[in-house]
Amino acid sequence: MPMSDSHNPKHSTVQVEGLSLTLGGKRLLHDLSFNTQTSGTTLIMGPNGAGKSLLLRCLHGLLEPDQGTVEFFGKPAHTQQRHQAMVFQKAVLLRRTARANLLFACQGSEARKKRIETLLSDVHLTEKADQPARLLSGGEQQRLALARALLTEPQILFLDEPTASLDPASVLIIERLIQEANERGVKTLFISHDLGQAKRLASDIVFLHKGQITEHSPADTFFTDPQSREAKAYLDGELVL
Amino acid sequence: MLGDAFSEAATLILSGDPELFEILGLSIQVSLTALFFSIALGLPIGTALAISQFRGKKACVTVLNSLMGLPPVVVGLLVYLMLSRSGPLGVLGLLYTPTAMVIAQVGLITPIIGALTYQVMDDLHREYRDLFSSLKVPLAKAVPTYLWDARYSLITSVLAGFGRAISEVGAVIIVGGNIDHLTRVMTTAIALETSKGELAIALGLGIILLALALFVNALVTWVKTAGQKNAYV
Repeated sequence: MPMSDSHNPKHSTVQVEGLSLTLGGKRLLHDLSFNTQTSGTTLIMGPNGAGKSLLLRCLHGLLEPDQGTVEFFGKPAHTQQRHQAMVFQKAVLLRRTARANLLFACQGSEARKKRIETLLSDVHLTEKADQPARLLSGGEQQRLALARALLTEPQILFLDEPTASLDPASVLIIERLIQEANERGVKTLFISHDLGQAKRLASDIVFLHKGQITEHSPADTFFTDPQSREAKAYLDGELVL
Repeated sequence: MLGDAFSEAATLILSGDPELFEILGLSIQVSLTALFFSIALGLPIGTALAISQFRGKKACVTVLNSLMGLPPVVVGLLVYLMLSRSGPLGVLGLLYTPTAMVIAQVGLITPIIGALTYQVMDDLHREYRDLFSSLKVPLAKAVPTYLWDARYSLITSVLAGFGRAISEVGAVIIVGGNIDHLTRVMTTAIALETSKGELAIALGLGIILLALALFVNALVTWVKTAGQKNAYV
């Protein structure tokens, strides 16, 4: 039951049409189409190797698909580059202090510089602002990476399992910041295997299996009445082959 | 006999023997000048190779890595052929001058600095590439960022180049000619004095050369440790 069919694409926050990706001679994403109108969080779920990260990287422009189109707010994705940010599964931090990592993302903008202290406080890193970023704990590093992404004031935020193997406190901080961003109208596309997190954050869920979308449903429908066999098996904790 | 030579060598060093320190001064001057030009060439070559994509990139990297192992006498011979009177640059009259020795050392250590820079930058580029792409960092900002963030590893590469330059003998003896008070450096002087049986000055220079090598290695270790302490390498 694809959610996209009943919506007017003109008002979609994200519209993906016929997206395919081949790497090393192997087709990894097959003719993916979906659109979503919400400004909340679209969770991308699926078993390992389903192509979730590849999809996110294609949407963000880090990988070029063989075919297909991506639009954000009705405009081609490549024209919206300045309005996107991404947080990677493993935080990529420059070899400098936490504050300097944020300064780097300011790219000369005084308005962004003024927001640094607030963001450091939001991610509970004020006291560690002048420590080398790569000496922070995993949770702190990921919070810093999220702060850096938010500093660029994106309209679309891509999150590739940013809370995987983090402590509950860090997960809570990150989830709160994402919800606040959603309330400000930021659209987030979030990869997660955490069903509890998906229930807390997601407005809708795109379920991928072997590079194909088997289901795109509102979150409550997905959890109470999944339509695809693969999603049912995934939610039941079965091995999805 | 060896004890006497050591004792005489120590006296030469401690008394500040002018001939010995003239040789030391020229060695450092030639090697530092060569290092300066090799940094100016090697860092951009290594960086450009690491962050750009083009056909034949792997072949270029292979060539650069192979050049690291260039035999000094071959480099000396090539520079000699270029600078000799019948060579293409013979008109400049540079053969048997410190400049010729600098050119030979640049030929020797530029591939070392270039190849080591490539390795450092390639690793860093793989790590930062997606982030820079995501943040839309322009190349003009990305390159200085790579250089700054790789500074500890790059300093180590540069010091490795200096170590190679200061201890090299084959190339500089061919293009410099080991002329007294003009092109005689530590390594060529050690070779000459040893062949003459003048072990004291050879040992004196050998001790200084070893001390320099030790100093450079200690500096490499200190730089590495300083970088690791802050997770900057």
